Amino acid sequence: MSWFKSDREKYAALATAWVLPEPSRCVQCGVCSFNCPIEIDVRRHVWLGEPVKDSRCLTCGECIKRCPRGLLRFEPIAATHGGRARGGR
Amino acid sequence: MGRRHVLIGMGPGAIAAAEAIRSADAGAEIVVVGADRHGYYSRPGLAYYLAKEIPEKWLHPLSAEGLAGLDLTIVNERADGIDTKAHRVMLESGRELVYDRLLIATGSTAIPAKVPGAELDGVVKLDDLDDANDIIRRSAGAKGAVVVGGGITALEIVEGLHAHGVHVDYFMRQDRYWKNVLSETESHVVEQELGGRGVRVHNYTELAGILGRDGRVAAVATGDGKRIPCDLVAVAIGVHARIELARAAGLACGRGILVDEYLRSSDEDVYAAGDVAEPVDHGTGLRTMEVLWNSAVRKGRTAGLNMATEPVRAYETGIPLNVTRLAGLKTTIIGSVGSGGRDADLEGLQRGDSQTWSELGDAVAIEAQTHGARVRLAVGERALAGAVVMGDQSLSFPLQDLIQARADVGSIAADLKAAGASIAELVEGRWREWREQLA
Repeated sequence: MSWFKSDREKYAALATAWVLPEPSRCVQCGVCSFNCPIEIDVRRHVWLGEPVKDSRCLTCGECIKRCPRGLLRFEPIAATHGGRARGGR
Repeated sequence: MGRRHVLIGMGPGAIAAAEAIRSADAGAEIVVVGADRHGYYSRPGLAYYLAKEIPEKWLHPLSAEGLAGLDLTIVNERADGIDTKAHRVMLESGRELVYDRLLIATGSTAIPAKVPGAELDGVVKLDDLDDANDIIRRSAGAKGAVVVGGGITALEIVEGLHAHGVHVDYFMRQDRYWKNVLSETESHVVEQELGGRGVRVHNYTELAGILGRDGRVAAVATGDGKRIPCDLVAVAIGVHARIELARAAGLACGRGILVDEYLRSSDEDVYAAGDVAEPVDHGTGLRTMEVLWNSAVRKGRTAGLNMATEPVRAYETGIPLNVTRLAGLKTTIIGSVGSGGRDADLEGLQRGDSQTWSELGDAVAIEAQTHGARVRLAVGERALAGAVVMGDQSLSFPLQDLIQARADVGSIAADLKAAGASIAELVEGRWREWREQLA
C-alpha cells in the first residue's frame, strides 16, 4: 500500500534518514524509479552510489518495497558516513 | 584531439567503460558500436518486464540527456571484423572505424537446444529485449509452454509465461532444481513455490524432441516416451561468450577473451570487458568466467580507465554476489556455496551466474531457518566461504561484508557449527565487531 506522510513527518524523516542503496546488488532494472510517485530517478542515485538526497523525496518507502533485489534501505543519515553508499564510486 | 576509442557492445561493460573514459579524458573521442536496435538497457530487468512489473521504456537506465552528457557517437550496426594491425573495425555496411584503443564487450548468447525440431517456429530464448517481446507476443493465445534448462534464466521465463497466463511444464533432467549451487532443501522450496503457482515441475525429464505441425511447435517428446502438447518451447540451458569476432582477429581466447590483470587482450591496444572477458581470479590463480551485471560494470570501469590513461589499474575479480528472485523468493548468493559438480540442466554458465558459486570449498555447510529467511553458510576455519539467503534479506548485508572482506570469523566458527546455533545473532554480533574494528 502506498501512502503520503504529512509534510511535518516527511521533513522530520528526511532530516534524520534517507534511502540508501547497496550498488553492488543493483542491475539498473528501473523498478524503483518506475514506482516512485514523484518520478525521482532512484536508479541513477544507485548507479552513482549515492543516497536518495532529493529534497522532493516523500520517504513513502515505495522504492524500498518494490526493489526486487532488496538493495534499498532507509538508514539514519548519521550511520552513512557522509553520504556514500557501500561500494559506491 | 584525444585518443579515439571504439567500444564494441552496448551493454553495461561498454557503457561503464565509456563513462570511465569520459571521466578521465574530456577530449577523447568515443564511438560505441552495437547491433541491438534498442541500445543500452537492463538485461536482468527483462525478468521484471516479462513478469509485467515494469513497462518497456523503464528498462533503459540512461535518459537521452544522460547519453548526450557522455558525448558518444553511437553506430547502430554489427561489427564484422577487426584488423588489429591496421587498428580498424569493419562494420557490416562496409564502413571502417579507426581506433587508438578498442574495447570488445560483446556479451554472451544463449546456447541452442540440440534436439530434433529445435528450428521450429515457437522455440524461444531470453537473450535480449527482442526475445522478451517475442515471448510476450507469442504468449497471447498460447495455451501451454514447455521450459527446459536450469538456473535463473529458466525461472525468469517460467515466471514470465505464467504472468501472461500460459500454463508451464518445466523439465529438469535431475532430481532437483539448480543442483550444483542450491542445497536439497533450497531446491525443494523453489519447486514447491512453483507448484503452488500451478507450474508443473517434471523431475528426471529430458527433452527428446520438439514436434511440429506446419512448421510450428505442437508438442514435445520426452526421453521416457511421453508426448506433451504445447505452443511454445523455451530453452535456457546456458550461454557462451561471443568471442567469434576476437578469435577471427587472432586474439587469444579460451572460453572468453583471455585478458591480463588490466583487462588487456593479447593485443596491447585491445581490451575486453563484460561477460566476454576471461580474467585470472587472483584468489585461485585460475581463469574464471562470470555472467553478472555488477562484474560487467566493474570490468568496464577498469578497462575504460586503463584505455584512457595507461594500463595501471588492475581488475579485482573479488567474491561474486548476485541477488535474484527464484519463484518469487528473493535470494542472495555469495561466494562458494556449491557441490563442486556440474548441473545437468546447463551446458555452461547461465546469465546471472558465476563459476565460483558451484565450486566446492573445504567449508562446512550450515543451514537454518531464521528471522523469515532460510540461510545457508559455508563456514571455513577462519572465514566464511559463501552464503545463500532466501527470503528476508536483512542478514545478507552483514554476510556480504564479512564474506567479501574475507573477515576473520574464527571467534564464532565453532558456535555457528553447534546444534541449534543462533546464526543471525552470531553473524550480526561478529559483523558489528568487525565494523567497529574497521572504524
